[in-house]
Amino acid sequence: MTIYNKSWEAVIGLEIHVQLATNSKLFSGASTHFGALPNTQACNIDLALPGVLPVLNAEVLKMAVKLGKALNANINTPTSFARKNYFYPDSPKGYQISQMDKPIVEDGFLDIELEDGSSKKIGITRAHLEEDAGKSLHEDFEGQSGIDLNRAGTPLIEIVSEPDISSPAEAVAYLKSIHSIIRYLEISDGNMAEGSMRCDANVSVRKIGSKELGTRTETKNVNSFRFVEKAIQFEIERQIDEIETGNTITQETRLYDSQLNTTRPMRTKEFANDYRYFPEPDLLPVVLEDKFIEEVLKEMPEMPDEKKCRFVNEYDLSEYDSSLLAADKDLADFFEIVSKTSKAAKLSANWVMGELSAELNKENLTIQDSKIKAKQLGQLIIRIEDTTISGKIAKEVFEKMWSTGDEVDAIIEKEGLQQVTDLSEIESMVNKVIDGNPDQLKQYLAGKDRLFGFFVGQVMKESQGKANPAQVNQILKERLKE
Amino acid sequence: MEIHELSLIGQLNQLKEGSLSSTELTQHYLDRISNFDEGINSFITVTADLALKQAKESDKRYKSNSALPLDGIPIAHKDIFCTENILTTCGSKMLSNFKAPYSSTVVNNLSADGVVILGKTNMDEFAMGSSNETSYFGPVKNPWNKEYVPGGSSGGSAACVSAQLASAATATDTGGSIRQPAALCGLTGIKPTYGRVSRYGMIAFASSLDQGGVLARSAEDSALLLASMSGHDPKDSTSLNEKVPNFLKNINSPIKGMKIGLPKEFFERDLPKHVESSTKEAIKTFKDLGAEIHEISLPNVDLSLPVYYIIAPAECSANLSRYDGVRYGYRCENPKDIEDLYMRTREEGFGPEVKRRILIGTYTLSAGYYDAYYLKAQKCRRLVANDFNEAFKSVDVILSPTTPDTSFKSGEKSNDPIEMYLQDIFTIPANLAGLPGISFPSGHHEGLPLGVQLVGNSLKEAELLQATHQFQKVTDWHKKLPEVK
Amino acid sequence: MALSDKELNEIAYLARININEDSFPSLKGELEKILDLFEKLNLAETSKVEAMSHPLNLSQPTRPDEVTEEDQREKLQETAPSVKSGLFLVPKVIEGEN
Repeated sequence: MTIYNKSWEAVIGLEIHVQLATNSKLFSGASTHFGALPNTQACNIDLALPGVLPVLNAEVLKMAVKLGKALNANINTPTSFARKNYFYPDSPKGYQISQMDKPIVEDGFLDIELEDGSSKKIGITRAHLEEDAGKSLHEDFEGQSGIDLNRAGTPLIEIVSEPDISSPAEAVAYLKSIHSIIRYLEISDGNMAEGSMRCDANVSVRKIGSKELGTRTETKNVNSFRFVEKAIQFEIERQIDEIETGNTITQETRLYDSQLNTTRPMRTKEFANDYRYFPEPDLLPVVLEDKFIEEVLKEMPEMPDEKKCRFVNEYDLSEYDSSLLAADKDLADFFEIVSKTSKAAKLSANWVMGELSAELNKENLTIQDSKIKAKQLGQLIIRIEDTTISGKIAKEVFEKMWSTGDEVDAIIEKEGLQQVTDLSEIESMVNKVIDGNPDQLKQYLAGKDRLFGFFVGQVMKESQGKANPAQVNQILKERLKE
Repeated sequence: MEIHELSLIGQLNQLKEGSLSSTELTQHYLDRISNFDEGINSFITVTADLALKQAKESDKRYKSNSALPLDGIPIAHKDIFCTENILTTCGSKMLSNFKAPYSSTVVNNLSADGVVILGKTNMDEFAMGSSNETSYFGPVKNPWNKEYVPGGSSGGSAACVSAQLASAATATDTGGSIRQPAALCGLTGIKPTYGRVSRYGMIAFASSLDQGGVLARSAEDSALLLASMSGHDPKDSTSLNEKVPNFLKNINSPIKGMKIGLPKEFFERDLPKHVESSTKEAIKTFKDLGAEIHEISLPNVDLSLPVYYIIAPAECSANLSRYDGVRYGYRCENPKDIEDLYMRTREEGFGPEVKRRILIGTYTLSAGYYDAYYLKAQKCRRLVANDFNEAFKSVDVILSPTTPDTSFKSGEKSNDPIEMYLQDIFTIPANLAGLPGISFPSGHHEGLPLGVQLVGNSLKEAELLQATHQFQKVTDWHKKLPEVK
Repeated sequence: MALSDKELNEIAYLARININEDSFPSLKGELEKILDLFEKLNLAETSKVEAMSHPLNLSQPTRPDEVTEEDQREKLQETAPSVKSGLFLVPKVIEGEN
């Protein structure tokens, strides 16, 4: 990452749109399933036919309450909906039902972990419910655009942060922790490629130490962790260049172009963003009873931070390992099965984040489609612990398990990889080695102690690595004393 | 007596007795429509085939003793109610080709009770108007005198019932669109409590004010239809979850001791002599029926007109944004880009009054003006509503003239919006407060009907119908019918 | 309450209604009259009054999260001005601009 002029600092706030994983839409009974044929999941309400009316989906309230709790925020009750007026072909009503004065979630915060291990508090201004828009398809239809309204009305929650973020890296860290939270809560699949999580970045710069904020721009359409970092980086540098070359920043909305890795302004009439919000007369204020909220909070899962702390205490893993595992719910769940099977937490953590993660990355698979299941990996670690095989052999077995899918013991059996722990057997191998190397023996007895390692190596070789190294050491010592 | 002169209940009794068949009755109305409606223009669409088909089925049900509550009664629907596979225009060029793919809850409820649908009635464009002169399908004439307007926006529904081209008609009321035409056409029209009748499938003008209701020839007829239309609808979040009472149950009980309030703010206005006298006449009649008359005050009621003309246009400016030429309805010829598609589709698809209100609503909601206009209006709306809450602590119903005068000549007010808006001065307050209101005939002046309005407390439709029925038992203004040529 | 041509232009654009220049004077006259009607509200003391957005003092009902609508594309697109392979066609939209 290029380092920009040290006398400047960036002030960044993110607006994250998260598609809520409901079966039906926010205000209609049409399906939200991804990838259906155009307009086959757009009912008369989604099409804004004359006379239709919205009816609120109960599930989104639960999801929003959970998110609010995870963001350490207040839940507003009553919370109310408003109309945001603008014309665009993918917005069928000519207004979007959103929230203005009483967003369901308000005034929270999130502690994010930075690369250097330190943590930073990012304020959450609000999170409000709103409808997603449809899609304009720009492939050529005789020079026209095609409108698909399947996505129109899909529930979104927009999470607005305070401008507490000061670098592209922090922005990504914040985005990742939001991502991990919505996955933990199972309120969204957070799939940025499919657009179930989208991000707009508000960026401004100012001289370090200066109190007032610079003019900010909003960069839209930054839809991967990498792009968020690059787009913000670009925008910061662009603004600094502008100012240093004597120009001023215009408050505007810009579009990120991932091909060119640039942002460009969107052309709009200056007064065109007058959205004329007003209370939605077709929907009444939503009162969230305490009892309802309590019920919902009972369903709250353990969150990343709680899980991390538990890992540190319960399994006595390092802070670092714990947060690495806890960041991804599936990885954490996998680890816990391995460790509960093997009763060896540290070793389990090492294998999950070491060998296993390496294999997964190599074939770029997610933890769910790992070719070795958690219980199998647990079995392998049991065999290391009960000294049936050495760590070195275990890696061999792991490879075979990965390629064949066979069980640990079957492989050890078939390949005859059990560690040799029978003393007499090891003694005879030791004798064989000593007898077979009289010169080295002489030198050793003459005081060349470092030859000890040589004898160990020879015995292990003799046993094809299956001899128990500890036992070999001990017996060699005794024999060489004589 | 000809069958079209019978009341709806009278016709229903004959259908039950078997002395009249729905097919006969329906055909009779269809003939009258083809003979007389050309000069009145109360229908935009006549659904003759559907009507006769429904009539046949109804006759079958009577024969098999499985008749429904309103079986075989031919009615007309205001063209603001979506009717599946039937043209639903809302009086606008914008929807002049729109066959609704679904039916409104009101239409479904009435059909479930066996009514026959004669057609869709003319109306002011998107229900914006008080004279039915803003319809894309031409003005509607008042059957009492075709030089005069029938009122609006439900002018087609009022005219067709008044001209006995249908037994009754559905209508909607945002600021008086049921009660004002009822008064101007000599009918009984009731706008129930906001939320009593589902708005699902009723094309929106101003969502927080719109309410469906009935135009009929008497309180009894109205009661019967209103009961069928009403009820909780999960498809409408603002629909009241209250069981619908039998509006006919107490309609015959005397109103002795009923407290009727007269808002001094209304009677202080200098009303035309004939309006004043017919209203006084009505008050006397109620007194004779044993009602107590009290002067009351609605201190903020004069704010109603400006409040209404801020809130209704603001809501309509958003409600009508969906008419963009993209998914249905009118689209301008070969648009050169998307902006051009919007700008010209809406320029060409909407009439002048609709455009005026969209522009006003857009303005009052726009940055810098919201607080001064929209927010202020919402606060004043609360003041008006509170006045009613206060008043209903001491009285049961509130009486006033329905309109400032009898009907006016076509074209007389169409060039002056404000003059037109003043038509609703007495009816708007009930919409702002969401209260039920009824208008019924109380006299005539120079051959034109006059009406009186009763406003009741929330959910008190039964009381309004009872009071009106008691009035109609001792008067015959509601029996007077225009001579249709 | 005077309305400038600039304001009228901006309102007309926000409402996406084309207005031809020569009807400006008359339209402005009408709109200004209506705006004057609103002056009356300034006389009302509302500093302590809560805004009223709904005639009903009730809480919003909810529906269970179930798919109740099946595909009716064909029927719903019968009256569409321009459709191709299930898509509503409009003049080319430039991405991200509105």
